[in-house]
Amino acid sequence: MMAFYVPYVAVVALILIGLYAVVFKRNLIKIVIGITFIECGVNLFLITLGYRENSTAPIYTSSQGGIMSLPVPQALTLTSIVIGVAVLALMLSLVVHIYRHYKTLDAKKLIGGDEE
Amino acid sequence: MNEILNWMIYHSPALIVAVPLLGAFLTILIGKIGPRIRNVFVIIITAITSFLILLLANYVFTNGIKTYVFGGGSTSIESSYAIRILFEVDGMNAFIAIIAAILPIVAIIYSWAFMKEHTGLDKYYTLILLMTAGMLGMILTGDLFNFFVFLEITSIASAALIAFYLQKANSVQAAFKYIVISAIGALFLLFAIALFYGQYNALNMAVIANNISFTFIDRIALVVLIAALAMKAGIVPMHMWLPDAYGRAPASVTVVIIGTTLASLYGLFRVLFTIYGKYLFTVDSSQIALVLGVLIIVLAVVTIVIGVFMALKQNDFKRMIAFAAIAEIGYMFLAVGSALSTYTFEGGSATISASGQMALKGGVFHIFNDALDVGLLFLVAGAVYYAAKETSLNKLGGLARNMKYTTIFFLIGLAAVSGLPPMNGFASKLIIYQSTFQINPLLAIVAILCSILLLATFVKVFYSVFLGPKLPHFTGVKEVPKSMLLAMGIIACIIIFIGLFPNLFVENVVTPAANALQNATSYIGGVL
Repeated sequence: MMAFYVPYVAVVALILIGLYAVVFKRNLIKIVIGITFIECGVNLFLITLGYRENSTAPIYTSSQGGIMSLPVPQALTLTSIVIGVAVLALMLSLVVHIYRHYKTLDAKKLIGGDEE
Repeated sequence: MNEILNWMIYHSPALIVAVPLLGAFLTILIGKIGPRIRNVFVIIITAITSFLILLLANYVFTNGIKTYVFGGGSTSIESSYAIRILFEVDGMNAFIAIIAAILPIVAIIYSWAFMKEHTGLDKYYTLILLMTAGMLGMILTGDLFNFFVFLEITSIASAALIAFYLQKANSVQAAFKYIVISAIGALFLLFAIALFYGQYNALNMAVIANNISFTFIDRIALVVLIAALAMKAGIVPMHMWLPDAYGRAPASVTVVIIGTTLASLYGLFRVLFTIYGKYLFTVDSSQIALVLGVLIIVLAVVTIVIGVFMALKQNDFKRMIAFAAIAEIGYMFLAVGSALSTYTFEGGSATISASGQMALKGGVFHIFNDALDVGLLFLVAGAVYYAAKETSLNKLGGLARNMKYTTIFFLIGLAAVSGLPPMNGFASKLIIYQSTFQINPLLAIVAILCSILLLATFVKVFYSVFLGPKLPHFTGVKEVPKSMLLAMGIIACIIIFIGLFPNLFVENVVTPAANALQNATSYIGGVL
């Protein structure tokens, strides 16, 4: 039975590690990685919720009976992953531009900039 | 003709999102033909969207809740199992959608002249339309996961637009801050949605609201939802992204971002009053309501005070307005919190006292007024920047000589945002003062005092930007082009109109919205 709780522990661990990185890390790339960690945690949580033991995928018309797992969580996770990629790409492109302006990725050194 | 109109009303919830979404990607193609045609195309798309919103709002205010099922068919399978994606529009959605109908159209008219000298305008208009589509989706949807998806669409589009001035380091930094905050907020929102899904097997707001039993997990979900949505709405401990984002984005973009912030605020109200509403109003939960009410009041008071005091010490025109915008959001929160704190439970059903009802009305009304007032001020700040290429309050001065109309619009915005008659801000703030005074006089005192401070701040700005001696380097400054004046004029007209006839607006639009907010049962009834 304990094995069923492992994914949930992983979810909590991933989200906490991600939050730690976002709050305490100064390197912008590491902050972005932290957000990806949180995203992985949430996605894993969704997938875990949809898991049913010994269930079949709901795509067979002539199934042997038994339990079928609801495909909604998988669909949600897929959507969330796609959105995550878009956000990740945008964040990294902004990081590139920040580096071009400041020549550093240290969040503490970004104060000031070009006041017009 | 009538048949077409009926068809349009029937499909309006879907069309309202689909038209700007389709228009967004067509804009790039049409932009190849020429900038003038593209501008006309974009304005037509937003005009159609706004027209549809008004049709839908009119329908909802006269006939009650409208539910639209994607793919057709009934709203639920086997009476309590709703797997279909649906949009559900009641008085509250319709009310917020009206705001979302006004802001993008104004922003686009304004951008004609304001953005003319920039390149990459095809993408700019595409992103604005995407943002509009996302914002409208957030407002109209009846499905929590859908809300998350539209929230992300809006965040991505707004972050890209905040970084529009890529050559300026500060705008890129502001955009990064915004996207980090939005991404974290949205992920926690998704986490809360997963908590609901794990318990109730549903993503539909009405179904969740119907089944919610305030278990321990529901409490966690409530905390996560409040934190995530308050972060997106710019409530104080989580407000640091807002002045940067509002201040660094082009003024026309800021106006639409105000709309998305308010859409997040709407999400928060929906969570509090609809998803948890049935439980709150049918089971004795005085304690929960009191805790929630006090929490919201504390957050609101802190938001108002910090917003106003930070506005006082700003040197940058746009950042100052951004802090004023934070304070204004505090007022809506204050009204909602005080309404919740008057919760009483008697004989199987709960009620909010008469003054609480009024506070709720004032809060809802103020959402509308805030969007217009702050929007107008940002447009004026943008106009000043366009004409004088300067936003620092220390360097500006004496512009009233050269920019008559802009000065008048600033005065209107100033009066409206600090709650002076005969502007719309006065109407809603008066309701908030009156009702909070009956609930707790201290709250009303804080609210009035901060409004006065806000007035002082803006009078200072008025003096340092528009009055004062003629400055030699601003002698060549001219009045801004007509399209920008037109955009400001539209908002100013609505502000004065609502300020002169507040009753008309309160009775026909605000009251149904406030009632819809309190009536979770009928929202659930729209689906099940």
